[in-house]
Amino acid sequence: MSAVAPVAAGARGLVSDWASDRQAFHVPWGKAMMWVFLLSDTFIFGSFLTGYMTVRGSITTAWPNPSEVFALHVGGVEVPLLLIAIMTFVLITSSGTMAMAVNCAYRGDRVNAATLMIVTAGFGELFVAMQAFEWSKLILEGMRPWENPWGAAQFGSIFFMVTGFHGLHVTGGVILLLIIAYKLLRGDYAAAGSEQIVEIVGLYWHFVDLVWVFIFALFYLW
Amino acid sequence: MSTKTGQQHPIGLYLKIWLLLFVLSTMSYLVDYFHISGYLRWGLILLFMLLKAGLIVAVFMHMAWERLALVTAILLPTFGLMVLVALMAIEAGHTHAIRQLFFR
Repeated sequence: MSAVAPVAAGARGLVSDWASDRQAFHVPWGKAMMWVFLLSDTFIFGSFLTGYMTVRGSITTAWPNPSEVFALHVGGVEVPLLLIAIMTFVLITSSGTMAMAVNCAYRGDRVNAATLMIVTAGFGELFVAMQAFEWSKLILEGMRPWENPWGAAQFGSIFFMVTGFHGLHVTGGVILLLIIAYKLLRGDYAAAGSEQIVEIVGLYWHFVDLVWVFIFALFYLW
Repeated sequence: MSTKTGQQHPIGLYLKIWLLLFVLSTMSYLVDYFHISGYLRWGLILLFMLLKAGLIVAVFMHMAWERLALVTAILLPTFGLMVLVALMAIEAGHTHAIRQLFFR
């Protein structure tokens, strides 16, 4: 093609220049948009964790020892961080089942894909339940966003905000997984000719696991 | 919209990464369990954290097989966070020093 189409000027030109069917990312738009959303979420959690580190690095009162605060009493012994370790393994396992669900969906195995997604949601819900248990235990022990029995007052506010925000993401992911598993079983996506949606919700789920990796390392272990 | 088929990889690969993530999580838990402290503790925690994050992003989220245009668009902006972390670390150190002087 040798003829060059006339280029509009002004505001119309601005729109046409940005909307002339150019494609930078050779993936379905849904996947590209999920990645952009996850990047923005990275900045949210990144800001939370940076804010937390700034507070922790600048106070003169002692920071509570997470190893003791989150210890569980099992058989007469205090096991440090036991519940948190189990929560970590549960979330990693859910990531594994999610990856396998994506694999099944692309092979056209709808039943196994949906089953694995429901299993993933089940692990996610188990994680949220254990978090609810942890919150209840700490609140009973006197932890508040403005004070706690173990040290620096900021410990409580940061704990509730960071783990609460993450728990909210997990809960949202569980709901999303169940809806998409249901629609997958009903055959909605087969009719549309694409199982991409399973990979996209998978990206979100792995991201939730990814955020937990950082929270586990920087808040619980640091 | 592209009609390219999605990312498909053998389940065996996912299982291996899953196992590796389990091992790395156990190792980072053991750092706390054995009360390792100081720079060794922080170094090990960061090392295991970055290895786990890398495995999740590269394999589970398929970044290792995406085109460079998408990889750079998503991963490069996160380095902006590193600038924030560096600035806030300096800020925290400064605030701490001032508090040591005036609020003891």
